[in-house]
Amino acid sequence: MAIDAATVRKVAHLARIKTPEDRLEPLAQELNGILAWIEQLDQVDVEGVEPMTSNVAQPLRLRDDVVTDGDKIDAVLSNAPKSADGFFVVPKVVE
Amino acid sequence: MSDLTKLTLKGAVDGLKAKDFSSAEITQAFLTTIEAANPTLNAYVEVTADKAMDMARASDARIAAGQGGALEGAPLGIKDLFCTEGVQTTAGSNMLRGFVPPYESTVTANLWRDGAVMLGKLNMDEFAMGSSNETSAFGPVKNPWKSANSNAELTPGGSSGGSASAVAADLCLAATASDTGGSIRQPAAFTGTVGIKPTYGRASRFGMVAFASSLDQAGPITKTVEDAALLLQSMCSFDAKDSTSLDVPTPDWTQSVGKSVKGLRIGVPREYVVDGMPAEIQALWDQGVAWLKDAGCEIVEISLPHTKYALPTYYIVAPAEASSNLARYDGMRFGHRAEEFKSLDDLYATSRAEGFGKEVQRRLTIGAYVLSAGFYDAYYVKALKVRRRIAEDFDNVWGQVDAILTPSTPSAAFALGDKQIDPLTMYLNDVFTVTTNLAGLPGISVPAGVDSGGLPLGLQVIGKALDEATVFQVGAVLEQAAGFTAKPGKWW
Repeated sequence: MAIDAATVRKVAHLARIKTPEDRLEPLAQELNGILAWIEQLDQVDVEGVEPMTSNVAQPLRLRDDVVTDGDKIDAVLSNAPKSADGFFVVPKVVE
Repeated sequence: MSDLTKLTLKGAVDGLKAKDFSSAEITQAFLTTIEAANPTLNAYVEVTADKAMDMARASDARIAAGQGGALEGAPLGIKDLFCTEGVQTTAGSNMLRGFVPPYESTVTANLWRDGAVMLGKLNMDEFAMGSSNETSAFGPVKNPWKSANSNAELTPGGSSGGSASAVAADLCLAATASDTGGSIRQPAAFTGTVGIKPTYGRASRFGMVAFASSLDQAGPITKTVEDAALLLQSMCSFDAKDSTSLDVPTPDWTQSVGKSVKGLRIGVPREYVVDGMPAEIQALWDQGVAWLKDAGCEIVEISLPHTKYALPTYYIVAPAEASSNLARYDGMRFGHRAEEFKSLDDLYATSRAEGFGKEVQRRLTIGAYVLSAGFYDAYYVKALKVRRRIAEDFDNVWGQVDAILTPSTPSAAFALGDKQIDPLTMYLNDVFTVTTNLAGLPGISVPAGVDSGGLPLGLQVIGKALDEATVFQVGAVLEQAAGFTAKPGKWW
């Protein structure tokens, strides 16, 4: 499953990382090197094996569905690139 | 009183309790040492001198009043991915430059509860993605060790390179660190220090900047095994704010240090002999086996047949989780926002291209690829299945052995710049450590010898889930047998 520049462009878009055109080909080569190495996993027989998503055998805990925290507008906004009147200020998103 | 910086954590805590010296004195001694050393070693990204002295004086007041916790007055360094209230936390990234958390991570809150003093925030690979500290936006940390054969500046390893360098150079008594594929144990091995990654779920991930959530675990880097036990038991706790936190009591692990290992069965996995492994590493491993045999252990040759698939599995699972975790950096609510953009999508993409360094971008791209439609089953699901095979390998041997002995790393510390050309050679650093992250097991690295150039080498002890006690017990025996007392010659 070799990656070409067009695939890198698509994946970079999925990852929302702006990638200049002249970086696409070198990146494709790097990724192909890594993926070729990863493909040794095809040697492993995983027939009937359940995918392992967690090291923790216990089911996720549930807590009571009640408010436990809040009223922290200033703390929440304290690292915002822009904020005003208790809101995040973002660029116009309707295009 | 400059000698105070050479103390172990245990020695300092005892000295403080006995009022041999004050926390203000030892804290000031560290701040003076850091001021002189840090411009060269680059271990700290921020020194919180005023906060440290305030905390030290508060500790002294508690000690004077006959109060105080298990770490009362002890100055520590904190890896810069633990959120510290009111103190910049960057995870080594330009994305988070200037980010000041309005809350405290559970791990650091536990340390302050026990009376520890924060000296500052320690440098690291960006978002913990790296094995040499060279991906940090703040520049690489330097290893205080140099080889007798060369004057080259060496990496302290990564991603917890700042933590390891600071402990080795006496810039703190001990440090917090984190380990996703080897980021505690590899730097510990490279710097002649002790590092342990506990069982997944022991230490809360709340307030720890996320890399790969199913693998990330906090742990300490320290000067001795006893110090590692002391610091780890303070860091660990059940935490309702981390959904994978284990609701189990934290034992007093210091009690395991010094206990006889007579009759313990130690596994030696034949698959950990890798191609191109230096003879010195094999010799150290053989020496470790001999030490444990002398101490009364039974040595059992074991097989962990899927070991060679651990790294490729990791390089699917970790980037996939990272690509999901780091999606939060969109330039909207916190983190870097680009000044110039053409559209909303362009704003996201430009902010992330500007904020993330090259290695982070590489891994996020791999992650997005292996999770994308058409490749999800072939890569991601496949890796999760192989991950189970790797975990089962360990399950299958625990009937025969109580702990496993391996080398910590396939080499001693290498020169800065040496392995940057090909990402794959860098990734191979974690070949012996990454299996325990995938399986969720505890692993400790203990300094056990030196290479031909006098550089430290480490041995790793892997234990059963929640059995850190045996890991500390065996680690302490190795530490004592090795009698590793070498310190780096001061050149900085």
